[in-house]
Amino acid sequence: MNTVYKEICQAVVVGAGHAGCEAALACARLGIDTVLFTVSVDSIALMPCNPNIGGTSKGHLVREIDALGGEMGKNIDKTFIQSKMLNVSKGPAVHSLRAQADKSEYSRSMRRVLENTDHLSIVQAEVAEILTEEGKDGKVVKGVRTVSGALYEAQAVILCTGTYLRARCIYGNVSSYTGPNGLQAANHLTDSLRKLGIELFRFKTGTPARIDKRSIDFSKMEEQRGDEQVVPFSFTTDPESVQIPQVSCWLTYTNEKTHEIIRENLDRSPLYSGMIEGTGPRYCPSIEDKVVRFADKERHQVFIEPEGLYTNEMYVGGMSSSLPEDVQHAMYSSVAGLEHVRIVRNAYAIEYDCIDARQLYPSLEFKTIHGLFSGGQFNGSSGYEEAAAQGLVAGINAARMIQKKEPLILDRSQAYIGVLIDDLVTKENREPYRMMTSRSEYRLLLRQDNADLRLTEIGHEIGLILEERYQGLKEKERQIQEEIRRVERVYVGTSEKVQKLLESYESTPLHSGISLAELIRRPELNYEVLAPVDPDRPKLLRGVAEQVNIHIKYDGYIRRQQKQVEQFQKLENRKIPEDLDYDEIPSLRIEARQKLKIVKPVSVGQASRISGVSPADISVLLVWLEQKKGRKG
Amino acid sequence: MSEFDTIAAAATAMVSSGIGIIRISGGESFSVMEKVFRPYNQRKKMSSQPAYTVHYGTIVDKDEVLDEVLVVLMRAPHSYTAEDTVEIDCHGGRLVMQRILELVLQNGARLAEPGEFTKRAFLNGRIDLSQAEAVMDVIQSKNQMALKSSVSQLQGSVRLEIEKLRSAILYETAYLEAALDDPEHISLEGYPQELLKKVEGLCKELDDLLKASENGRFLKEGIKTVILGKPNAGKSSLLNVLLGEERAIVTEIEGTTRDVLEEQLQLGDLSLLLLDTAGIRSTEDLVEQIGVERARKQAQDADLILYVADSSRPLNESDEEILDILRGKRALVLLNKSDLLPVLTPEMMEKKTEHKVLSISAKEEQGIRELEQEIRAMFFQGELDFNEEVLITNMRQKEALKDAKSSLQMVMESIRSNMPEDFYTIDLSDAYQALGKILGEEMDEDLINEIFGKFCMGK
Repeated sequence: MNTVYKEICQAVVVGAGHAGCEAALACARLGIDTVLFTVSVDSIALMPCNPNIGGTSKGHLVREIDALGGEMGKNIDKTFIQSKMLNVSKGPAVHSLRAQADKSEYSRSMRRVLENTDHLSIVQAEVAEILTEEGKDGKVVKGVRTVSGALYEAQAVILCTGTYLRARCIYGNVSSYTGPNGLQAANHLTDSLRKLGIELFRFKTGTPARIDKRSIDFSKMEEQRGDEQVVPFSFTTDPESVQIPQVSCWLTYTNEKTHEIIRENLDRSPLYSGMIEGTGPRYCPSIEDKVVRFADKERHQVFIEPEGLYTNEMYVGGMSSSLPEDVQHAMYSSVAGLEHVRIVRNAYAIEYDCIDARQLYPSLEFKTIHGLFSGGQFNGSSGYEEAAAQGLVAGINAARMIQKKEPLILDRSQAYIGVLIDDLVTKENREPYRMMTSRSEYRLLLRQDNADLRLTEIGHEIGLILEERYQGLKEKERQIQEEIRRVERVYVGTSEKVQKLLESYESTPLHSGISLAELIRRPELNYEVLAPVDPDRPKLLRGVAEQVNIHIKYDGYIRRQQKQVEQFQKLENRKIPEDLDYDEIPSLRIEARQKLKIVKPVSVGQASRISGVSPADISVLLVWLEQKKGRKG
Repeated sequence: MSEFDTIAAAATAMVSSGIGIIRISGGESFSVMEKVFRPYNQRKKMSSQPAYTVHYGTIVDKDEVLDEVLVVLMRAPHSYTAEDTVEIDCHGGRLVMQRILELVLQNGARLAEPGEFTKRAFLNGRIDLSQAEAVMDVIQSKNQMALKSSVSQLQGSVRLEIEKLRSAILYETAYLEAALDDPEHISLEGYPQELLKKVEGLCKELDDLLKASENGRFLKEGIKTVILGKPNAGKSSLLNVLLGEERAIVTEIEGTTRDVLEEQLQLGDLSLLLLDTAGIRSTEDLVEQIGVERARKQAQDADLILYVADSSRPLNESDEEILDILRGKRALVLLNKSDLLPVLTPEMMEKKTEHKVLSISAKEEQGIRELEQEIRAMFFQGELDFNEEVLITNMRQKEALKDAKSSLQMVMESIRSNMPEDFYTIDLSDAYQALGKILGEEMDEDLINEIFGKFCMGK
């Protein structure tokens, strides 16, 4: 007698990391009965590498996740122990929020949210197989089977396996087949995915050692404090609630001796001995990589960051490594302040299976398997924030698929999330993909400060933003428009008060009356400092003044980008039918034809971003589509 | 790529002929026209004139009148492209048409890509569906040809110079982006002023390139002029006199010039691509044979042949061979060595060759001015012309250089007005892309690769 446990739900999420949590929450909050699988309930929303959330461009992603109704921003606001707005001396487009997290609190807090969300249940088990059946348009997902044989039937399955698929941790000549922190790897699912025709390959990443705080001589390091006035990530967090005592990070440097130790032991590095086959990311190189590639640099920065309030473990930022244990000890203790260092956890590299995300539509659904979605590191990205962003989109789209609604696809002019996903599903990605502000061509419009203005309406339409928050946004929009109009209209005269104020900011005195807006445009002035000469200034909602200031100051540049976006959207709006046969189109160059067949772009815009597809190919494509449309009237 | 902006191009060949047509199409075409056209009746408001009307007036660049023209107005959807369209009927001829087109480009239109008018006509429903394949074919082949010729016509030194400029721009962009991405590792303290100096330098280099593009030193362009003659007739001496420098090696030994020498010569606003060849004779010397063969080949697709004959020596079978090549070609016969006692007379030669004959002395530099005048006259009377494709390529490249320059000027402007550093990269990237167009290269992953390749960053 064949007896297995069987359950019927609507959506299954495989993995409870940052992608999985957002995916499961989005699904459940949209009313979908969701089961979230994890190999260990104690490792939900684990931060296996750096102890922070946000940073340049990643902070943008967190804000966008929040604006759409995701959880990451709220969760870090509840559990941060230090916060900093980076790049404040630069333009508003590159301001980025970064917060140090109390890792275990972060994890616990997210778990609490998951456990108390309706329609969501957590199951500790390893998923071994994706079940499908043949539908009339190809394969359709039916559910999953766990290692123990239990069946979970579902209409949608979201893969968020992170770095766990056939994971292998390596340092020196030691390698163990485990996920991060010695957690159990997922060794069965890969075979099932291969059988479904999904192509997988190996990526690699690494993490530095964790060291005992008591063994560190902080007097030899520079203290790095948090901001005096903390800005929360979530648009819903009360700014007062985040003004808490903060913990410091510490800065020290490697030196010639460190580099010498590394160079002498390079032959023992698994990277150079060929023991590691996966491709690592160039933006977070191991310390041995840095020493080899930037041989002329005399020192590299090392950031010592707390892992939480209730632990003595400190993260050694900047010195990830896969060198042998003895070399690690020698290398770390050569750094100023670490002479007597006690290592708690070794640095290691980790290899894992992931996919070429060109197998996905921008909805993050597999092109060949209806109902199968994926998000996060499994898609070839890296970073908690990148993972969470994809998880959110995959979760939303799985729910929308079940509800027979059109998928949510954010384009490159709407959000960093759009840039991230478009890059992943369009371009050939040879290393773990990290977000960067330079990847966003319209970054002046996609600021972290206006994520709510860009996306909260969409979040509301989807159903993840409640009415009250939406109405708040509408009021904010109204106030911004009104206040911009007001400062354009209000003139300040040449009174002594005005001239004195200008003088105090080393700004040229006035010869005649001038609008407030004109004054705001001066580089040395801004909306805020002009308050004393603007008696009729109304009381405004949080964030309004900042928007007014940015809009007035950078008006010309903003308009320029808006014009570019208009052009961009014309091609984005030219949709390509799913069943288009590129072999039928004459005059396409062979290379273009091949690339187009791999990516199957959803729009002419996406097609134009595929490397190897020329502008002439795009023209040919446009003409063909026009002909296919069979021109009516 | 912009699909629906305003484009312009010559609708007729840019050669000497009665009428030339410059066509402008797109939403802005009327406003572009208004900026360059002054109607005869100056009170006439051009933009509110009805469709299918013709207006007489002049094309004016600032206060200079470029040409008397007729302007034809068409409104969407009743034109070839189904967009608002203006056609400027001007006097035919390369210089006039080029200047008018350039003026139109300066005033808001973009030079049309090959096949772009046709593409728009199709996309806007003006061309029958059955012709789609033909349209696609035209677009693809014309673009590939243009790309090939654009890169291959570039002078080697110019190419290197542009590559150098481009990599300098990329480096600065990557530095900025690396610092923006990783502010804790890379500082921008004092950098803006440093960048300002660098960009000023880059602008100067761009200016030089622009000048080169205007003087025709940019492309291997010009009227392809091949100098033919028997050994030691004085071909190389003529080349040297024309160029005013000792370019070709001149000796008394027959067969000194064994390969084809290539030089560009500027006759006022006319540029010649001069090709000096090996003297034509039957020879046993293998290297020289190859030279002679090349000379023949060059002569075959020359726009103009200068046949140099030694007036102090009688014609022989080698001359007959040359006369054979000359048949049916545009050519001038130059009786050289007029300082010596002549054996050949102009009358004789004119009868024999049916080409115009001039007496010159390369050695004494006599008759050279007359020769130059004759070439200019032939050109302006429309007897001579050269490859139009080169001209359009040059115009496209000039446009790209100007775009790059104005982007760099924006960078300087941003620095001077204390804009934050991240604003610089917008225009730096534009400049990089504009220069890339000249080389047929795109940006793709260049920036990301440069950031990771040149700067150490990350946790």
